[in-house]
Amino acid sequence: MEFFKRLMGRRREPSSGEVAKERLRLVLAHDRTSISPALLNTLKDEIITVISRHVAIDVEDVQVTFSQSARESRLVADIPLLIERGRRKK
Amino acid sequence: MSPDTITMKGIRQGLLVTLGERDWNARLRVLEARLGANPAFFRGGGKGGAMKAKVITVTSGKGGVGKTTLTANLGVALAMQGQRVVTIDADVGLRNLDMMLGLENRIVYDLVDVIEGRCRLRQALVRDKRLSELFLLPAAQTRDKSAVRPDDMVRVCESLREQHDFILIDSPAGIERGFRYALAPADEILIVTNPEVAAVRDADRIIGLIEAEEQGPSWLIINRIKPDMVRHGEMLSIADVVELLSIDLIGIVPEDEAILIAANRGQPLAFSSDSSLAGQVFHNVARRLRGENVPFMPLCEPGTLERFFRFVRSGGN
Repeated sequence: MEFFKRLMGRRREPSSGEVAKERLRLVLAHDRTSISPALLNTLKDEIITVISRHVAIDVEDVQVTFSQSARESRLVADIPLLIERGRRKK
Repeated sequence: MSPDTITMKGIRQGLLVTLGERDWNARLRVLEARLGANPAFFRGGGKGGAMKAKVITVTSGKGGVGKTTLTANLGVALAMQGQRVVTIDADVGLRNLDMMLGLENRIVYDLVDVIEGRCRLRQALVRDKRLSELFLLPAAQTRDKSAVRPDDMVRVCESLREQHDFILIDSPAGIERGFRYALAPADEILIVTNPEVAAVRDADRIIGLIEAEEQGPSWLIINRIKPDMVRHGEMLSIADVVELLSIDLIGIVPEDEAILIAANRGQPLAFSSDSSLAGQVFHNVARRLRGENVPFMPLCEPGTLERFFRFVRSGGN
């Protein structure tokens, strides 16, 4: 039964191993850079403020995260622009 | 920073850039190729002449991950392979390496006696009766870590280098004074971790501190892995841990009840390597430390069928 559930259910719960890896990925990025989650939020808010002063962006979908390669951390901001969508609607 | 360290970092970054994240086996093959191609990394002391001992510090950050057990077993394995080995218990105040090696009744002097000049270094070394070239320099039990300074450890190791091949230092847990003095004389560092969140996080912190001190190279040992749990996705896999910590792997030790039994008896598992998988693993790590190219034993790679079901379950991603 469990087997069929797994086979049928395309969206399964992540296993605890996957959860552990994801949590570690984040916490290591914070540890290595000494950027706290709170600081990350502040950065996100200020990036939104600065960018939306010049272009229209989808504030709800802005994502500021860490990416990890080797022992190097990057701050990655994913900022969806609203311009294209607006034009299409017209 | 020595040129070796620079090369190591270059190689490490190159490795991770050129290989796919999940292709850890390919990464291991590259490591093995490098061990084979450049044994100079592994022979002779980096800080001394070609014939002098190599000082290896075993550390972890978190306590209880198996540093002392590993040090005892690597000491035994290296000595069984004909190397002249001194193991040093750097955990002043909480000594245990003597228990693991079954030498607790033979201690006369200790590390702090040597440092404070109450005895000569030779008098404090406990010779293992089973292996004539295995020695223990025990920690003091009634003192604390303030009795040892980093340059004391460097001096002790310098006087041991001439007549031995390997000096293994069992570091205390933590990142304070004890860790600092255990690290000071190291040519190479073995970082022990378990596939669990707290141990991996602490190992990462230790790696950061070692890199800040420009010491190394450091190698990763993943201890107490349970292949069954990894197979069911309920434990971090070797690939996960290697990817998160981004340092080269030198050993994978499976969880094994025989290790506790061996500790009960003071008879490290490496003595009976034929009868246990973990004992075999310690010998393999010892051979890698000596520059041999030893393939990793397959422990927890998912089989083809499992990969297929995982693929189906994940919705084809």
